[in-house]
Amino acid sequence: MDAAFFRAWIAESAAVVESQRDHLTQLDAAIGDADHGINLARGFDAVTAALDQAATPTPGSVLKLAGSTLISKVGGASGPLYGMALRQAGKALGDALDVDAGALAGALDAALAGVQKLGAAQEGEKTMVDALAPATSALAVALAEGASPADALSALAAAAEAGAQATISMQALKGRASYLGPRSVGHEDPGAASTALILRALRDVALRQAR
Amino acid sequence: MKKLINSPDTVVADALAGVAAAHPSLAVDIENKVITRSGGATAGKVGLVSGGGAGHEPLHGGFVGYGMLDAACPGEVFTSPVPDQMLAATKAVDGGAGVLHVVKNYTGDVLNFQMAAELAEDEGIEVVPVVVNDDVAVQDSLYTAGRRGTGATVFVEKIAGALAERAVPLGEVAATAREVNDRSRSFGIALTSCTVPAAGKPTFELGEHEIELGIGIHGEPGRTRAPLATARDITAAALDAIDADMPLTGDLLVMVNGMGGTPLIELYLVYNEVHKYLAAKGARITRNLVGNYITSLEMQGFSVTVCRLTDSLTDLWDAPVQTPALRWGR
Repeated sequence: MDAAFFRAWIAESAAVVESQRDHLTQLDAAIGDADHGINLARGFDAVTAALDQAATPTPGSVLKLAGSTLISKVGGASGPLYGMALRQAGKALGDALDVDAGALAGALDAALAGVQKLGAAQEGEKTMVDALAPATSALAVALAEGASPADALSALAAAAEAGAQATISMQALKGRASYLGPRSVGHEDPGAASTALILRALRDVALRQAR
Repeated sequence: MKKLINSPDTVVADALAGVAAAHPSLAVDIENKVITRSGGATAGKVGLVSGGGAGHEPLHGGFVGYGMLDAACPGEVFTSPVPDQMLAATKAVDGGAGVLHVVKNYTGDVLNFQMAAELAEDEGIEVVPVVVNDDVAVQDSLYTAGRRGTGATVFVEKIAGALAERAVPLGEVAATAREVNDRSRSFGIALTSCTVPAAGKPTFELGEHEIELGIGIHGEPGRTRAPLATARDITAAALDAIDADMPLTGDLLVMVNGMGGTPLIELYLVYNEVHKYLAAKGARITRNLVGNYITSLEMQGFSVTVCRLTDSLTDLWDAPVQTPALRWGR
C-alpha cells in the first residue's frame, strides 16, 4: 500500500462522510449538540484541499498531513481526536514508501493509543473507542490467521460496524453525551458511527485495489 | 429555519465583521477568528485568553477589553475553536508575564486548549489553564466528562481580568480564577430548543408545555424534562439544586442570565423570585447581573449563577471594566 492508496482512503472517507453528513449530525442531535456530521465534513473538505496542494510521497506523510489539518480546521472534540489518530498512525508508518498490512495494523494501534491518551476513554464508555478498539483487534486476529489484506480489512470494518452498533445499548461515560446519563442509552454514538464509516472506506479502497 | 443570516456558512465571519465595525476598541482578525484589544499586549501584564463555540454572545468576544479578557477566539457555532486560533491569540496577548487560558469544561474546548497550551509552551510562552465547571445539573461527575462550564465563566473572566490589571503574577491570577470557580454554581432551564444555522433544525424538541431542566449552553439536553410551571417554582427548582450542592449563605453575586430568546421582563421577574428565595434563606445579594451574558442562540430560558463573595472578590468585581458587554467604573 503506497501513498496513492492512503490518499484514496482519505478521498473515500471524505466522500462517505459527506454523504452521511446529515445522518451523523442527527445521531449527534439525539445525545450531543448536532454538529458532528457538519464538522467532520468541513474537516475532510479541508484535508482534501491540503492534500491537493502539498506533496505527500509516503503513506506516513499522507496521514500526518490529514491529521494536522483536522486538528487545525475542525474544532470540537472530533478535530483533535481524529487528528491525533491520523497523526499517530502516520508517525507509526515512518518514511516507508510502501507498507504492508502488518504495518497498517501497527499504525491503527498507534491511532487507538493516541485517541485514548487524549480523550482518556476506555471501551464501553460509548465513544469512538468502541468502534476503533474492536476493529484493531479484529484486524490483528485476521492477519495472525493468515487472512489476505483485503479479507483482514473486511474483518476490521465489520468489527468497527458491530462496535458502533453496540454503543446503542451503552450509557455514555465520556464526552457531551455523558451529561444525559441513562437517557443516552438507545442511541448510536456519533463518533463510533463515523469511525465505522472511515474504516469501511479503508476496506472499500482495499477491495477495489485487490480486484 | 428563520434567521437573520446571509448564508449558514458565513454566520461567524459576518458577525465578526459587525463586531469589528461596531467596536474600534477591539482588533478583529476575521480570517483567523481572533478578537483582541486594539492596543496590543500590555507589557508585564498577564494575558487572559478565552474561547469557545460561537452562539453564546456576548461571551467571549463581548468581554474583551480593559479589566477583563485580552483576547477571545470563537469557533464555529457551538463548536470549540481550534488550537491555531488559540495559539495566535496567546501570542498576541503575551506581555512577558504569561497567559491564562479560561476554558469551559466541555470536551472539545478542553482538548483544543490543551493542544494550544503545548504549542505555546514550545514557543516559550508560559500558559496556565483554568477550567470552569460550575454547572450543578451534572450530578455524578465521576460518570460523566465532569461538570460543564457555564455562567461562572463570566465571573471568572471579570474577576481574574481585574486582578491581572494590577500586574500580579500568573500564578496569583490563576489561583483567584480557580477560587471564583470553586465558589460559584449554576443551573440552567430551557423553555425552547435552538437551531444551529448549519444544521437548519432545532437541536432537540420540547413539547408546547414542556421545559428542560439542567441544560448546558449548547442546546444539549439537560437533566430531566418537566411540565411548565410558574416562574416561582422553576426558580426554586434551580436554586434548590444549587443550594443542595453549595449552601447559599452570606454575601452573594447573582447572575440571572437569559439564554438568548427570553425577554428582559421575564428575567427581572425571575430575579425577583431569586431575590425572595435567597432572602428567605438569610443570604444577601450584594452584587447582581440581569441580562443576556452567556446565551444559547435564540433559546428561551435562563440560567442562574451564584458566587459566594469575599471582600477581595467584591473589590475585584467592582473594579473598572470597559468591554462591549460589561462596563463600569471608568
